[in-house]
Amino acid sequence: MSLRENSLLLEVENLYVRYRKYWYTLHVLNGVSMSLRRGERVGLIGESGSGKTTLLKSILRILPPNGEIVGGRINYNGREITSLSEKELSHIRRREIGMIFQDPMAALNPVFKVKDQLYDILRYKLGEEGSKSGNRVLRDRALELLSDVKLPDPERVLNSYPFQLSGGMRQRVMIAMALASANSLLLADEPTTNLDVTIQDQILKLIHKLVIEKNLGIILVSHALGMVNRMTDRVYVLYAGDVMEAANTSEIMNNPRHPYTQLLISSTPRLSSVGVGEGIKGKLPDYRFPTPGCRFAPRCPYAMQKCFAAKPGVTRLNNNHLVACYLYE
Amino acid sequence: MPGSTASRFKGLTSSITSNYYVRKLAVSIITLLGISLLIFTLARVLPGDPARLALGPRAPEEVVEQYRRVLRLHEPLYTQYYYWLVDVLQGRFGISLVTFRDVAVDIVEFLPATVELIVFTLIIDFIGAFVLGVLAGRKPNSIIDNSVRIFTYIAIAIPSFVWAIILQLVIASWLDLLPAYGRLSVGMSVPRITGLVTVDSLLTGNLPAFIDGIRHLIIPSLSLALGSIAQEARILRANLIENIGKDYVLNMYSHGIPPTVIFFKYALKPSMIPTLTIMALDTASILGNAFLVELIFNWPGLSRYGVVAMLRKDLNAIVGVVLVIGLAYTLASIVIDLLVAYLDPRVRHRR
Amino acid sequence: MSGDQVSGIAFKDLERSIRRENWKRIWYRFKRSRLSIVGLSMVATLLLAAIFADFVAPYPHHAGLYIGFKDAYKPPSLEHLLGTDMYGRDVLSRVIFGLRYAFFLISIVLSLVVPTGVMLGLIAGYYRGTWVETVIIRLSDIFISLPPLVLALSIASILEPNVFNAMLAVSLMWWPWYVRLTHSMTVSLRNEPFVLAAELQGASVIHILLRELLPIELGTILTKVTLDAGWVILIGAAISFVGLGAQPPTPDLGTMVSEYSKYLPDYWWMTLGPASGIVLMILAFNLLGDGIRDVFAGE
Repeated sequence: MSLRENSLLLEVENLYVRYRKYWYTLHVLNGVSMSLRRGERVGLIGESGSGKTTLLKSILRILPPNGEIVGGRINYNGREITSLSEKELSHIRRREIGMIFQDPMAALNPVFKVKDQLYDILRYKLGEEGSKSGNRVLRDRALELLSDVKLPDPERVLNSYPFQLSGGMRQRVMIAMALASANSLLLADEPTTNLDVTIQDQILKLIHKLVIEKNLGIILVSHALGMVNRMTDRVYVLYAGDVMEAANTSEIMNNPRHPYTQLLISSTPRLSSVGVGEGIKGKLPDYRFPTPGCRFAPRCPYAMQKCFAAKPGVTRLNNNHLVACYLYE
Repeated sequence: MPGSTASRFKGLTSSITSNYYVRKLAVSIITLLGISLLIFTLARVLPGDPARLALGPRAPEEVVEQYRRVLRLHEPLYTQYYYWLVDVLQGRFGISLVTFRDVAVDIVEFLPATVELIVFTLIIDFIGAFVLGVLAGRKPNSIIDNSVRIFTYIAIAIPSFVWAIILQLVIASWLDLLPAYGRLSVGMSVPRITGLVTVDSLLTGNLPAFIDGIRHLIIPSLSLALGSIAQEARILRANLIENIGKDYVLNMYSHGIPPTVIFFKYALKPSMIPTLTIMALDTASILGNAFLVELIFNWPGLSRYGVVAMLRKDLNAIVGVVLVIGLAYTLASIVIDLLVAYLDPRVRHRR
Repeated sequence: MSGDQVSGIAFKDLERSIRRENWKRIWYRFKRSRLSIVGLSMVATLLLAAIFADFVAPYPHHAGLYIGFKDAYKPPSLEHLLGTDMYGRDVLSRVIFGLRYAFFLISIVLSLVVPTGVMLGLIAGYYRGTWVETVIIRLSDIFISLPPLVLALSIASILEPNVFNAMLAVSLMWWPWYVRLTHSMTVSLRNEPFVLAAELQGASVIHILLRELLPIELGTILTKVTLDAGWVILIGAAISFVGLGAQPPTPDLGTMVSEYSKYLPDYWWMTLGPASGIVLMILAFNLLGDGIRDVFAGE
């Protein structure tokens, strides 16, 4: 599913990713394709375990040692990055793409101060210039970043340990870190899930503002549809390592075509509707034993014989709306 | 100004009593007193006549009776303990049945040898555990890792005194690489300044003696250290492997920080903390095992003196040795506690 | 029968069947862990050898006092797999009998230490904040602040050197660790709803301690007991090695190492026998303990 346009910042083509455990293999990503233009805000929704985080990690190539890309390509700025060496990748990690992790408490080293971690990030980002410049330059840049994320008293935060900060502050620090490395693309993995409900809104607004200010592309992973609705222009629906549907956000929310998306949207509680919605019966397929057919078929209310036999191709419904389902072929 | 001195005094006492380390030291001292009371009571409860034991079966009864009065054996237990404590605090530990000197003098004579041994052991222990743990943790499931794992598993099951015998046999006898007994070879001598052969030989510029001293230290220290090295290397390795998978490591990786920096800085530091905690317990083992190892290597230290005292039922000496070792262990665990607090800010700020 | 009586009986059946399920589940998980199987088989083999020493050992009469100088100092051979010692006794047989003493030591020490230590720990944890807890904890702290071997040796040194006093010394040194462990577990469970509920129902303290708190803590305690068994052997061997435990000609492993090491390096194989016995015992219990820990880890 790629849109053939210029100024494509990121293009994922038919990506297959698996994790090798001791005596079995998990075939998680099953040929995922997506794309992103410069400055575009894209959402990635799906239930827990559907491979959203795996996809993000694959883009930055920070999969764990037992994770490997076994098919497909990822292009960044027109350049294929799936086969790049670690050295070549470090440029992208330091100066191009930044990632916001889900749990800020887990993503910040508890025995180092914020400034230790932030200085290191800046030092490697600035490269040659960074190793020559003293702590003063790093400090100034760090304080700049921390005030960009609207942290009151950035100096105190710099000299604090993560456990001394509140959840909201930790997440802001994380956003600051991601911004340090993100020149054109931000990968946000459920940035507000682990926060207090009252803070979630603030953080979201902050990310929104920064993304617009710095003209960053963003892939926002979430299973909270309301957030995705507000922040993104386009949405990809991921289920069990397959993209089921991709369209503009409003299309997805108001006119979902794929059975999975429909169930997903309808099971979200809304203030306007009556009742809580039904939820979807069943659970994710076993990644150990991938089937040739559509991965949603076992849970699909409209499943047909051919759904189990082979994976459906992609149908373009109209301008931006793509579905992978036999119902529309 | 009214109340300011009072409030400052209050502030001072509250900060003293709330200072974690001062409190811990105070508790330890009380604990040591408790130990001394325990051993003292046990010793006095022992069937047999301490005075008679000290003077031998052929001493005339009046002399024994006089000695009984000196030892205050007719007085209630708590009085005996009180006078004994007063003596101890003044550095008088009583007369040894073996050397016929004040035990305190004996302790001063034999302590440095043990100090040298223990310190050398701890150095080897720390370096060894660090190197092995890092080597194994760097490349999990590699040949190095698996060999380290197998080695440590077996090494833990081998007691120090068995290691001592094995190493003595293999290295000293069969391979003849290092000396088997004592602190210095025959003919070598070093003036007693601190009592530590290594330090004293350096202070007097006697390089051959220094090397000789080190050579004599190696096998005994290794015997004591190997079990601990194995234990700590395992913990370090397990922690390293666990922490490498944590999100905060992934975070640094995602910013392009080189893996070496990540491993040796961001993964190593949190992994050191549980390892250090284990080191405290291992120090206790080392202090205990020193008794056997000093015996095997004929090491003229406090622990060997203690073993002889135990075999000869020299109560004053036993109590003296136990007190000194107890004190040493308390100090060691406070030091390790401080180190852990230095590394782990969460511990620091909770105090 | 009134309705209460019927439901009472049915409830007891339910309890019993739940407990049976728990044990079945534990056994199943135990079977799946390879470590525990190896450990269990090693311990079982050693235990059987110890129990049936008279039949397993090729020269059972060599275990105690025996003199056969013409066979002395023989290196390992087919007739004497571990060689003979200075009195002509078969080392292997003595080691097998030594295992018997080792198991004897473990069982006595642990059956003394574990019930008292656990009970005291439960009481201390339950009566948290009272003088009962303070007394118990401070008392055990005193014992813990000395290195274990030093304490055991000094206690043994005050008594007559024999097997039983060695056991006593080890026991006195060991009990506070169980108090500590149980106390900390109990403290964290003390204010859980199920405890408070039992108190409200008027359950006796004994009931709460033994039927409510203990079963939860049992897994951790069992793990510690198994891992400790190896260390009990080690401390026991150390006491004997120094000469404060079993005396010759008793075939205690530690005593044997001490006796035979006097003949190093010439007749080194003699020491190999009892030393390997000690190492094997510790290794076996370590394996078993690790396996048990894996089983209860998920609980």
